[in-house]
Amino acid sequence: MSDAALARISRETGRAMITLRGDLASRPLASAVKRAVGQPVPGPRAILGDDDRAVAWMSPDELLILCPRGEAAGVSAGLSKALQGSFHLVADVSDARAVFRIRGRGWREVLAKLTPADLSPAAFGEGELRRTRLAQVAAAFWTGGRDEATLVCFASVADYVQALLENAARPESAVGVL
Amino acid sequence: MSARLSKGGRLLDRSRAVEFTFNDLRFRGFAGDTLASALLASGQTLLGRSFKYHRPRGVIASGAEEPNALVGLGRGARFEPNQRATTTELFDGLEAESQNHWPSLEFDIGVVNNKLARFLPAGFYYKTFMAPRAAWKHLFEPVIRRSAGLGRAPSSRDADSYEHFHLHVEVLIAGGGIAGLQAALVAGRTGARVLLVEQTAHWGGRAPVDGAVIDGQPADDWISNAVQALEKMENVTLRTRCMLSGVYDHGFALAYERVADHAPGDARPRHRLWKIRARRIITATGALERPLAFAGNDVPGVMLASALRDYLVNWAVSPGDRTVVVTNNDSAYLSAIALKEAGLEVPVILDARAEATGPLAERARELGIRVLAGRGIAAVRGGKRVRAVETCLQAGEGAVLETIACEAVAMSGGWSPVVHLWSHCGGKLDWDEAQAHFRPDPARPPLDHNGEGFVIAVGNADGAMTTGAALESAVAGARAALKAVGKAAGRVAVAKAAAEPAQPMQPVWLMPEGASDARRMKMWLDFQNDVKVSDVQLAAREGYESVEHTKRYTTIGMATDQGKLSNINGLAVLARELNNDIPKVGTTTFRPPYTPISMGSIAGEARGELFQPVRKTPMHGWHEAHGATWEPVGQWRRPYAYPRTGESVSDAVSREVRNAREAVGLLDASTLGKILVKGPDAGRFVDMLYTNMMSTLPVGRCRYGLMCDENGFLMDDGVVARLDEDSWLCHTTTGGAERIHGWMEDWLQCEWWDWKVYTANLTEQFAQVAVVGPKARKLLETLTDMDLSAEALPFMHWADGEIAGVRARVFRISFSGELSYEIAVPGGQGLAFWEALVKAGDAFGAMPYGTEALHVLRAEKGFIMIGDETDGTVIPQDLGLGWAISKKKDDFLGKRAQQRADMVRPDRWRLVGLETLDGGVLPDGAYAVGEGRNDHGQRRTIGRVTSSYRSPTLGRGIALGLVERGPERMGEVLEFPMIDGRRRAMQACIVDPVFYDKDGEKQNV
Repeated sequence: MSDAALARISRETGRAMITLRGDLASRPLASAVKRAVGQPVPGPRAILGDDDRAVAWMSPDELLILCPRGEAAGVSAGLSKALQGSFHLVADVSDARAVFRIRGRGWREVLAKLTPADLSPAAFGEGELRRTRLAQVAAAFWTGGRDEATLVCFASVADYVQALLENAARPESAVGVL
Repeated sequence: MSARLSKGGRLLDRSRAVEFTFNDLRFRGFAGDTLASALLASGQTLLGRSFKYHRPRGVIASGAEEPNALVGLGRGARFEPNQRATTTELFDGLEAESQNHWPSLEFDIGVVNNKLARFLPAGFYYKTFMAPRAAWKHLFEPVIRRSAGLGRAPSSRDADSYEHFHLHVEVLIAGGGIAGLQAALVAGRTGARVLLVEQTAHWGGRAPVDGAVIDGQPADDWISNAVQALEKMENVTLRTRCMLSGVYDHGFALAYERVADHAPGDARPRHRLWKIRARRIITATGALERPLAFAGNDVPGVMLASALRDYLVNWAVSPGDRTVVVTNNDSAYLSAIALKEAGLEVPVILDARAEATGPLAERARELGIRVLAGRGIAAVRGGKRVRAVETCLQAGEGAVLETIACEAVAMSGGWSPVVHLWSHCGGKLDWDEAQAHFRPDPARPPLDHNGEGFVIAVGNADGAMTTGAALESAVAGARAALKAVGKAAGRVAVAKAAAEPAQPMQPVWLMPEGASDARRMKMWLDFQNDVKVSDVQLAAREGYESVEHTKRYTTIGMATDQGKLSNINGLAVLARELNNDIPKVGTTTFRPPYTPISMGSIAGEARGELFQPVRKTPMHGWHEAHGATWEPVGQWRRPYAYPRTGESVSDAVSREVRNAREAVGLLDASTLGKILVKGPDAGRFVDMLYTNMMSTLPVGRCRYGLMCDENGFLMDDGVVARLDEDSWLCHTTTGGAERIHGWMEDWLQCEWWDWKVYTANLTEQFAQVAVVGPKARKLLETLTDMDLSAEALPFMHWADGEIAGVRARVFRISFSGELSYEIAVPGGQGLAFWEALVKAGDAFGAMPYGTEALHVLRAEKGFIMIGDETDGTVIPQDLGLGWAISKKKDDFLGKRAQQRADMVRPDRWRLVGLETLDGGVLPDGAYAVGEGRNDHGQRRTIGRVTSSYRSPTLGRGIALGLVERGPERMGEVLEFPMIDGRRRAMQACIVDPVFYDKDGEKQNV
């Protein structure tokens, strides 16, 4: 891809993802999350953590735990053990997902061509996460810094999403708004 | 002849000549020209032929409202029909062609329709071509379609790219004239997020052409200052060549940006469709001038007075040496004055009003122009161009007073605010008696989710027709929008305009008042669809009293311009004919888009490989590399079969079936839905979802289950495995995974919200492989230490372990009737696992098989397939699945419905096997016929084929079907008439649906 592209698109494979459903207001859940990734339970549409370990709010009763691949089994087991006896669900979904990095100053416009979410800096800043739609498929994304975003989609549509993002990042297609 | 003046043209760059062609003739214009202005400047006044009568037509307007000057633009992969010459920016190498004529624009045989016009009134086609019915398809329709119509459809793939863009703003402003700019200045200064879009390539609208003076400066200066100020505001986005095309519920709006129409092939997307979410929308869309209805008002050379002024001022186009002006209001005087000042002649201004006393009339007289009040045009002389006008008394019947030679006519029937965007989402209109137009009724705006108006009309679009009033209205509108989004406008310096005193206009719907029928047949209302005053009058006489009915009967306002010039005139004529008030008759409904937008912009990126997502399993690449042919299942692509070199697909299917029966086959079953259901109430929940008892399933065991909807119809099936005390894993069909997951969440979130159950769709977490056949166990034993024996892992059990070094869960289930293991492994290791099986399987004759072999295998066993044996009207009892319906449970979804009279009637169509007498294969979907006829006089049907295959195992055709009282009629022979030209019906005997291994010995080993 040309260097003048609005953003560079790359696939990442090192990340594990664990779905955790439960009562997000409960103390055992909060401490289980803290033990797993060192973060408190995030508020709506937020993600806390860094590239290695993070926790994201997915719905009023669902979190997504992110950790390095090698730690997934241990983190899953830890969560299950900590929440034993309480109403919850833990499921490793690492293999069901594909992860993309979108790096470059135009990342907001690349995404804004494909998703109805508001991507203006005022509405979507660091630590914000959106679970939304990317063209015809489901996706979630967040931004950790000024010039990059991370996007998660289902593994089966990874090729489609990659082609979508690369097409939206064509250098001649800058909108010049976001 | 129209021509280019040697001086002037505020939008022209005379230093840059631009070459283009029209009907293969070479023309020359300047940068800044539109196609229309360049053609007029070159003396080309004839641009096309009309839709129905093939009358010669020229440019009548200067913008989006143009009905006549439509051309085919571009060539080959960049050809597009029906493009308005008035909104097409000129570029080097532009190629245009005129439309709707044969053999040529100058000489069109279709014009014979014009001579026959009195025999082709409104409704002619409806009335005439009634019978015989067959003639419609083969005679009338092809001939009519050839003679009526506009451009031809493109035949090549579009060479350009398109895209969408989503933007959220607080204030969206449509229209970059002075009102839009003023509103943007007020809104922008508060820091609100503002988007201002303008459909043309230029800011300022018509104020500069009309000579407005703002804050003591010429409009052009005020506009460029305003744009500069706005460009400095980071919170304001400005966009030209971007038309707000539609306003929808909840502040959603579409804008159509013509990014590269004026620079084709420069690698930018050609069009960009903006999907905007706005808190408030300000429409500053201006107003459109109305034509006058006089005989011959469609002859090339007759133009709207404002358009003629635009061509003169913006593009230095002389419409001809002599222009007659005809009007019912003061604005047309601006055109006369401009012509005179450009050194052109205005032989007369015909003012339909009884007297002409306004300051503009005085100015015209001072310039030496003859102004005649109480006069109109009796008829225009000329065919392909105007030669003269015949004047008459407006109050009379059209006796000719004088014939005045001229090359052009400038007409003005008053102004209509552009209320389209206001109306798209339900905004209502008021009739303004003084200005004789509909304007937005601020008391009845389109409403948002809070019941508050979310569209605010300002400027001309709100009926504020002078410069000063338009600017004041823009400030007020911006204030209202800001208040709604929680921003204070504070003190605003309102731009002040010079006063523009004017004599009131007088509505004129017919010129002259008492025109004869013959004249009315030459008074055009809708130029594009060839609707005349006489057509609307005929419609009224025939009883079409509703404006919506008249529209459809006469086709007024139904062309690509959607009646921008014709609607008000048409309904005024209708009202007059019905002896009713215009507001009582009302308008037709304005619908998006404002002007047509390209199909490409609607599709956006969704073309080619991005047309639809293709879902791929982890083994997709392997299948592709091994020659799989594909079957789309939902958005998945599944291998249909793996034909070898030189092998037909059907031979491959037979080979794959035999190999699974005799050795071992491998199936990629990853697409099957896998939904985890967990929680203290999970057992109760699965008991409600499935017809059979799932809560009692012991841990480690599997059970086949059926899911019905509330109406009792079978909607999905699959094997359920009990994972632990409070977890069940529900397998669904490939196409059902998302739907069933949504179905579960729907019940949990909306109905049984207090049940403690969580679900997770784990479909893609696992790759799943079915190892099927008598050698399946032997093959797997070479790859694992797990005990897969019949004793350790009996039929319908599951176990965890490691196979080929991969963590695996083995389900001992069978959809083929063979010894079979379905093995789930983490998706990321699916390909490695598959390849390990293929490699180890070599020694056992293992082969992959596709979905068609899967179908044949299951049909031989009489297993049903959702979507084949079910179609949304079939209940499990129809399929002999009564054994899977619990009698013990108090309730499950569909239970009550299955007790309805229609569900228990004894003559329902039920599942049977069908064996053809000659061993042939019944066509899928074929119907069996019985005695007698139904209520429609058709042969009564008593059953249909739901699945049909050639069974390689049995060497004959087998089929499953639903037959009236089927299971009670074993051995009966049914007749299936053929529809493929074979005269003889096929005959098949009703048999048991299980064709192979009835006792299930092969899977229980």
